[in-house]
Amino acid sequence: MADLKLISAPTVLDPASPLAVRGLTVTYGEKPALFSLDATFPAGAMSAIVGPNGAGKSTFLKAALGLIPRVSGEVLVFGRDVDRARDRIAYVPQRASVDWDFPTTALDVVLMGLYGQLGLWRRISAAQRAHAHACLDRVGMADFAPRQIGQLSGGQQQRVFLARALAQQADLFLLDEPFAGVDAATEAAIIDVLKSLKAEGRSVVAVHHDLSTVTQYFDHILLVNLRRIAEGPVATTFTADTLSETYGGRLGALQIEGLALSGS
Amino acid sequence: MQAFLDALFLQAGYNAVLVTLGAALLGFAAGAGGSFLFLRKRALVSDAVAHATLPGVGIAFIIMVALGGDGRSLLGLMAGSAVTAWLGLVAVEWMVRRTRLSEDAAIGAILSVFFGVGVVLLTVIQTMSQGRQAGLESFLLGSTAGMLYQDAVLIAGGGAAVVLAIWLLRRPMTLVAFDPGYAAARGVNVRRVDLAMMGLVLAVTVIGLKLVGLILIVALLIIPPVTARFWSERAEAVVWSAGVLGAVSGWIGAALSASAPDMPTGPIIVLIAAALFALSLLFAPSRGVLASILSRRAFQTRVHRRQGLLALSRSEPIHDPLTLRILSREGLIRLDGVATDTGRAAGAKIARDERRWSVARRLHHDTALTGRYDGLTPIEEVFTQDEIAHFDARIARMGMG
Repeated sequence: MADLKLISAPTVLDPASPLAVRGLTVTYGEKPALFSLDATFPAGAMSAIVGPNGAGKSTFLKAALGLIPRVSGEVLVFGRDVDRARDRIAYVPQRASVDWDFPTTALDVVLMGLYGQLGLWRRISAAQRAHAHACLDRVGMADFAPRQIGQLSGGQQQRVFLARALAQQADLFLLDEPFAGVDAATEAAIIDVLKSLKAEGRSVVAVHHDLSTVTQYFDHILLVNLRRIAEGPVATTFTADTLSETYGGRLGALQIEGLALSGS
Repeated sequence: MQAFLDALFLQAGYNAVLVTLGAALLGFAAGAGGSFLFLRKRALVSDAVAHATLPGVGIAFIIMVALGGDGRSLLGLMAGSAVTAWLGLVAVEWMVRRTRLSEDAAIGAILSVFFGVGVVLLTVIQTMSQGRQAGLESFLLGSTAGMLYQDAVLIAGGGAAVVLAIWLLRRPMTLVAFDPGYAAARGVNVRRVDLAMMGLVLAVTVIGLKLVGLILIVALLIIPPVTARFWSERAEAVVWSAGVLGAVSGWIGAALSASAPDMPTGPIIVLIAAALFALSLLFAPSRGVLASILSRRAFQTRVHRRQGLLALSRSEPIHDPLTLRILSREGLIRLDGVATDTGRAAGAKIARDERRWSVARRLHHDTALTGRYDGLTPIEEVFTQDEIAHFDARIARMGMG
């Protein structure tokens, strides 16, 4: 199996792909978190990165964005180097990464999404403020604009982070566990927004932990556990075989049968 | 008193005016610059930077004397202090990155070693013939006495330059302080922004050395932001109001010090800043002590009001005299205790609120949110409209509506 995958690795990265990586290896100290990973996400689709805890899903996003150093590998965003495509990427990090007592309101957080447009000197224009409000409205948070972010629930905080990403008007959205610890209404609101992004032709790549919703939400899937286990359309890739290879003994046979689209 | 008022309103002569303005600009730069340290949770690094200036002051003095000067040029002493302060900062960063020491331990180690070296150097300088009149010990606690015209210009100009740099860097520094991961994803060089922030703090420290002294400059960097935080929930407002608080402290402190030249300037400025802090602690709206006492009182009223209205909606009798007083004061019941139309409507709304809450607590797995159920908070304050619609749908399905 492993040999086959090595052969199937792309020789040239697809320049039309919003995010394509080849031979990506990341280590923490001397322990690899990802090993020689290849992936090519399709444009205008919703893609999931799925795998057990510690499989390197978040690491993949961070390494692709250059937030953590990579030992080897090549990353292209719309056929260009990440550093030259940052304006086209909107990143929604894991919620746990900020201080919730920080003096900032929901609207201020969304305005941070305009950082690229504002630069150092320019004042925030009325149109930009209205745009930020519209982004909050799109995630159903318009009434909460003046609220200090610590006074929001986890789900609402996640929506504000999504609104900040929307404000960037990017073409590729990278989300790290957007549904972790959020309520059902928030999950529905977020998925609506992501689907509307896809309808606009934008690409979404999300680290996803809930196997029961994969087929419902996503078009394309990357199954990862240290290395790429499988990648392709959900309809053909999300199978009992690939799941048991990704999760090993962590999922029971019955569970896998219930989740996967087609058995082996 | 007259001398103080003259100094306060800039009537005490050209030099004193410059010193007062310089202190105000320095205070503004310290408050605004310190805000970013505070927001980035690295306030203590400034303590290491400040203490690491002392050996630089001593070395610069010795070099200037060796080159034939009298060693008292403020610019020279500032340059020397900046060099060792930078070394101290680099040493802290290096220890945190290369060893398993935590930042607070590294700060403690660097701070004491550099300060120790500085004190030894000052003692050596005391034995030199030029050293006795140099007055280098005034760099510990600050002083306006014997300040030259060009010194005051240097402090005022330096303060203004730092304020300008803070204004230019406010957006990247806020972005990095709030969410460094996101900032890096946007292509902001987090390490460089952090270095710039530390550079500003270092500049404030070096500029403030003569006036405030190295031991207390830290207070001027930290107290104004902490004070400003009482008054605002927005980073930008915290930064600029901390600047204003620092400026006011510097202005009044320098004026006081000018009218009583024996007193060290640094402690006076810091005491003014601390007084503003104490006032804010007590009287700030919503985050202050008094406000929290008042809001507890208001809370009690809300409890009684809510309990009363719930009783009305269930047609139960109310006995508590405080509850009755509150309800009749708001026109929700008549004097004989019977609900008015508004009272009945309010009771019905609260009963619906309770039903929604009970569904919310069953459905919602976000305990931080459902934990806000206290029998008082209207559900609209906690949940969005679509979430509430979701609860209503469930209520309708359960036949509770």
